[in-house]
Amino acid sequence: MGASQSAGTEHEFQDLADRTGFSLEQIGNINKRFRQLSNNEETLSREDLASIPALDNNPIRAQIINAFFDKRNLHQNETGTVQEIGFEEFLMVMTHFRPAAMGLTEEERENLRREKLRFLFNMHDTDSDGTINLEEYRRVVEELLSKAGTIGQETAKAIADAAMLEVASTTRGKMEPDEFYEGITFENFLQILNTFDIETRMHVRFLHMDTATLRCGKSK
Amino acid sequence: MSVHALRKSASSSFVFVGIGLPIEASAPAYQSHGTEGSHLTNITNTKKAFPVLAVNYEHVRKPFEIALWILLALLMKLGFHLIPRLSAVVPESCLLIVVGLLVGGLIKVIGEEPPVLDSQLFFLCLLPPIILDAGYFLPIRPFTENVGTILVFAVIGTLWNAFFMGGLLYALCQIESVGLSGVDLLACLLFGSIVSAVDPVAVLAVFEEIHINELVHILVFGESLLNDAVTVVLYNLFEEFSKVGTVTVLDVFLGVVCFFVVSLGGVLVGAIYGFLAAFTSRFTSHTRVIEPLFVFLYSYMAYLSSEMFHLSGIMALIACGVVMRPYVEANISHKSYTTIKYFLKMWSSVSETLIFIFLGVSTVAGPHAWNWTFVITTVILCLVSRVLGVIGLTFIINKFRIVKLTKKDQFIVAYGGLRGAIAFSLGYLLSNSHQMRNLFLTAIITVIFFTVFVQGMTIRPLVELLAVKKKKESKPSINEEIHTEFLDHLLTGVEGVCGHYGHYHWKEKLNRFNKTYVKRWLIAGENFKEPELIAFYRKMELKQAIMMVESGQLPSVLPSTISMQNIQPRAIPRVSKKREEEIRRILRANLQNNKQKMRSRSYSRHTLFDADEEDDVSEVRLRKTKMEMERRMSHYLTVPANRESPRPGVRRVRFESDNQVFSADSFPTVHFEQPSPPSTPDAVSLEEEVPKRPSLKADIEGPRGNASDNHQGELDYQRLARCLSDPGPNKDKEDDDPFMSC
Repeated sequence: MGASQSAGTEHEFQDLADRTGFSLEQIGNINKRFRQLSNNEETLSREDLASIPALDNNPIRAQIINAFFDKRNLHQNETGTVQEIGFEEFLMVMTHFRPAAMGLTEEERENLRREKLRFLFNMHDTDSDGTINLEEYRRVVEELLSKAGTIGQETAKAIADAAMLEVASTTRGKMEPDEFYEGITFENFLQILNTFDIETRMHVRFLHMDTATLRCGKSK
Repeated sequence: MSVHALRKSASSSFVFVGIGLPIEASAPAYQSHGTEGSHLTNITNTKKAFPVLAVNYEHVRKPFEIALWILLALLMKLGFHLIPRLSAVVPESCLLIVVGLLVGGLIKVIGEEPPVLDSQLFFLCLLPPIILDAGYFLPIRPFTENVGTILVFAVIGTLWNAFFMGGLLYALCQIESVGLSGVDLLACLLFGSIVSAVDPVAVLAVFEEIHINELVHILVFGESLLNDAVTVVLYNLFEEFSKVGTVTVLDVFLGVVCFFVVSLGGVLVGAIYGFLAAFTSRFTSHTRVIEPLFVFLYSYMAYLSSEMFHLSGIMALIACGVVMRPYVEANISHKSYTTIKYFLKMWSSVSETLIFIFLGVSTVAGPHAWNWTFVITTVILCLVSRVLGVIGLTFIINKFRIVKLTKKDQFIVAYGGLRGAIAFSLGYLLSNSHQMRNLFLTAIITVIFFTVFVQGMTIRPLVELLAVKKKKESKPSINEEIHTEFLDHLLTGVEGVCGHYGHYHWKEKLNRFNKTYVKRWLIAGENFKEPELIAFYRKMELKQAIMMVESGQLPSVLPSTISMQNIQPRAIPRVSKKREEEIRRILRANLQNNKQKMRSRSYSRHTLFDADEEDDVSEVRLRKTKMEMERRMSHYLTVPANRESPRPGVRRVRFESDNQVFSADSFPTVHFEQPSPPSTPDAVSLEEEVPKRPSLKADIEGPRGNASDNHQGELDYQRLARCLSDPGPNKDKEDDDPFMSC
């Protein structure tokens, strides 16, 4: 089980709760999970995450793990990756998966959208240059289809090409034959996923986590 | 106006037919005229002239009438849409009921007995197509995401409606002044249960025209489908009880058990037939023409079987359609898919039209017992109980939902609870011994009229007024599809990190189970391994190509002038003149041959379409590719200049045109050999379309393919031309292989 919370951390949790919008209970549960994953150490490394059995069959496993260590997701204005993260950073990454609360203003909703889409964008933009170029997009599709055998690999290129074409068509309209479309910028990304109601889809239920078995009890 | 003329002529001919006055009723044409007994006088044996023209109506009476009714109904439908403003204001269902009323009135005026909507006909013939159409094309994702809410509305909402209405009506009947003191509680509850169920036919008819957002649509619609189980149980229960007269606790308990049996049993029966249908479709590759029939017949059998056991037929149909669809669609040809779609739409449209017209006619026909208080109270109570039910349930449900239901949503859900023909038929089924039958029927009809006319007509302006979110019109976008899948995996992963076995975890497990075990059995050939993304992509390409064929456009008039060249990184060295000419010549030669029709051979995997379609599609692709090639060839064919290799550094272009007939082994491929030192990032294959012959080999080299020879086209590609380019990151700056836009 997780380590018991000391009184000192209560205060930290409150501070974190204010900053991230999670409730104290949720933060407590996430903390317990963190401790379980990190074997009661202070920091989490890639190997700790890689050892989670539930991730084994996931085709985009590597990207998910990288996302946790990507500085851009940690609400800091830096790029690059870190080797280990502490609880606070872990929590920061988790904030991207909060559901949209009721009664948000339009602006808040828009900000939430941008935040979540930014997370996705960072996952695709592996060289941190602010655009997703064709190569990176191809890699995304290849990873998605990586469990599909040879058929997947061959069509991955075609699919990625078609997708890129679509983005270019939607965002740039007409282009001269010798113009070059560098890649998907974040604004383009927002545009093509305009109809995607990501603020409702991209969430994980952090509700009542069953602390006894460290699995979230509410399954629906 | 044209409608009136149509109506008059139709009704007059109906009159003619209905009365059945023949011109000359005679036996079959050949008559044995009496042998002219010469000794017989001609007095008794009048020799009739050979009847050149005779009418024998009785012979064809039944089918004739049926066909005429259907034709009348469809002509009405046609007429409505010719009147420009009418169909925008009044929903079709209302118009059809009015027509029914008029026709019924006409028949009555003539003195004939207007036909009533026979319950047997309704439940066995008219209802199944509509439900199957709804179930087969049920949008799965929103349905499963909201299934909890839908079930709560369907089960608890209907129960609440039934008891609330039944109870209050009974209380009403106790009042002396109403004059209905003979009605006991059970009868009222029975009535309540009949009238409380939201009707899928009416909901479909009205909601189809208002294009409301997906969430509300699926909520109301799903509820109307799933409440059938509750209705069936309550109806049977109360009918049994009202015969007996008393209710015990055991009976109530049995009722609850019955509910589970009815609903789960119905779903089970439907699922079994669904799997059977999917399994059958695995083997239909040689008999494509009858594929749609399997879908229809298995579904109908599911419905009939469950009706046989008094299970919920509607749920069986829905389950059957939902279960069989993904597998069947992976197996059947594109044409069969289109056929299924259109037949279902056609039948459900006819059914719906007939149902509404018959409702109108039955209103004129049926025995009526009018009691102002009862009827008015029923209508009001219907509305009140619905609104209360929705609000109350939403309050509870919103605690468990991520996407809460707003007040607007609630209003539409409440207002969209229309009653329809199912209620009427159930009422009609009541045995005549019920002394209140006529009263109930009248009240039911009034409720139906009220909901369909008043609510149906006003819902559209209300939707506009309240600015309820409309359905997003979006084309299928490959980016969205990619990100839907990506998001699914991402959320599963994060749930895993969280240690949370939630929604996505179980969905993932189900998918994996589906892929490893179920698909293997139910999908023909090797298709079952195909991931959804690829299937989606192919479907999109197919649609685009077919669109191009149908519109007769060539790529030069395509709106977007962005093509692969804009995306691909540049810096392509030029090919030497000689090579270029050679390449051009060969390519042109292959392109300009006449196409010959190919016999369609047996299908193997990756089959997407038949020979005919492939012809058209391939023709377009040919022309398109030819033009593209002509334009871009000089830019994009490259020769990596500094390769040491035994052969001249020319890239391999494997090229199969569909112009020539050749056997599986020998292909007149055009080869530009790519020398195969491993440092070469990749080979290029320009692949022409090879749709027609399943056994054609196409070479696709991936980036990992070092030598082009190694991947000797063991992959059959019956799909549209795909020009794959593998630029690969090349350190020598010589990357950016040639490619061609497709």
